[in-house]
Amino acid sequence: MKLYEVAHCRTGDKGNTLTMSIIAFKKENYPLLLEQVTVDKVKDHLQGIVLGDVERYELPSLGALQFVCHEALDTGVTTSLAMDTHGKTLSYSILELELS
Amino acid sequence: MKKNTIRIGVGTGFAGDRIEPAEILLEKANLDYLVLECLAERTIALAQKRKKANSSLGYDVLLEKRMQSLLPKLKNKATRIITNMGAANPQAGAEKILEIANQLGISIKVAVVTGDDVLSKISLDETVWETGKSLSDYGEILSANAYIGANALLSALQSDAQIIITGRVADPSLFLAPMIHEFKWPLNELDYLAQGTVVGHLLECAGQLTGGYFADPGKKDVTDLANLGFPYADVSNDGTAIFSKVENTGGQITLQTMKEQLLYEVLNPTAYTTPDIIADFSKVVFEEINPGTIKVSGVTAVGKPEKLKVSIGYNAGFIGEGEISYAGENALARAELAGEIISERIRHLYTDFRVDLIGVNATHRKAFRQIEPYEVRLRVAGKTQSSSLAALIGEEVEALYTNGPAGGGGARKNIVDVVGIVSTFIEENQIEISTEKKEVHLNEII
Repeated sequence: MKLYEVAHCRTGDKGNTLTMSIIAFKKENYPLLLEQVTVDKVKDHLQGIVLGDVERYELPSLGALQFVCHEALDTGVTTSLAMDTHGKTLSYSILELELS
Repeated sequence: MKKNTIRIGVGTGFAGDRIEPAEILLEKANLDYLVLECLAERTIALAQKRKKANSSLGYDVLLEKRMQSLLPKLKNKATRIITNMGAANPQAGAEKILEIANQLGISIKVAVVTGDDVLSKISLDETVWETGKSLSDYGEILSANAYIGANALLSALQSDAQIIITGRVADPSLFLAPMIHEFKWPLNELDYLAQGTVVGHLLECAGQLTGGYFADPGKKDVTDLANLGFPYADVSNDGTAIFSKVENTGGQITLQTMKEQLLYEVLNPTAYTTPDIIADFSKVVFEEINPGTIKVSGVTAVGKPEKLKVSIGYNAGFIGEGEISYAGENALARAELAGEIISERIRHLYTDFRVDLIGVNATHRKAFRQIEPYEVRLRVAGKTQSSSLAALIGEEVEALYTNGPAGGGGARKNIVDVVGIVSTFIEENQIEISTEKKEVHLNEII
């Protein structure tokens, strides 16, 4: 099962940092996110995209996780050579993550 | 008179936003305040370049178009507009608004708030927050603007100006300022400021709260995005607020859209920092009162920021781009061959160079799935300090028409003059806010 099935995501940018909310469609799936969408898994999945540290914030009352990914925007929104300089499309890259 | 609730709407969420959602809010929502938020990180540096070329420019490029549409609707209404469309030149922006009002035969009072431009106060020895490098390691500095807070707008709000125009006021502060003004909140009542800030943060990207940047057909459906309505909030004097939008506009406000926007661009949900406050968003309470009407409460303060962030624009050279398409049998291999040809010829000339295959691996910078596409578009991009080297990329891609693989078509080329952005910090006491009122008064002919 893909993360896409159980959660929605919005990405945002601050310089070379990408923010990524992972929000459970149903709150009962929050523990699944907590257990399976770990910092290590996200780093591994976004290899080649996120080059720096990844932080995870847990937001149980929202049924959501917030990831803050450093060095993730190819030097930053204003100087990136990538097509999607803001990383606006990257929400759908993490939603490709396979859950076990 | 002290009010118990005020209604604040948002008419633009970025510089290039649609025009008519603000018109609809102004006509139908009975707003006390309409905020037009039009500055992104780089917008003001680009505006500074326009000001350098012509001292009467440097305000938002769509200011004229927006004001042409809104000024006639502002007449005979008590709604006040707060906007950062002044960008690098709020004075010239205000003059332009008066000129438009004059042409339209409308009397208007405009307050101009300046003080964010700190270029003269920045030293090249300063350390860049993002990289730890010295500012002198970057290209020519073009602009330096401090993110100033809600308090900068208070004396303008105390005047009788109907439009308040400024530059780099932090986005949520544009919304917090009228709350502080109307509810007479003391600036040491930090929880009020925190709760008001979350309201501003939720509103600041306009359509992103009402279903924009959200729809995914079959999974997250949104009705009538072509006529997306922008949100407004009925804010109580304790900072709690009820969010909704004008009836019969497109989109929807749901718990899902609220959650996505709450966390949008938030680097630490337990310590969201603006010039006014550090707020704990993790404690927020969303309560759906009716479908499409959501109450927001629960946000408290963690502290106050010690310094203000300064956004510095610098000259970062040029990016050259070229694209060409291949379709049908073996399209992927032909596009790959085209990329190899270009790389062999010019890759060594650039500090940073990339070859993307649009349709395969370009958007995410890698592919999470391999599917043989029917058509592929080659994209080549490179960074350089030389404008002629930037141009060479598009020229080389275009030359693939006659020198490259079979069936290459639709070549396009592009050069971008790159303005980079980095940050430093400044003490608040170094900022000098100034408020000036300007007006057009016309004797109405009956």
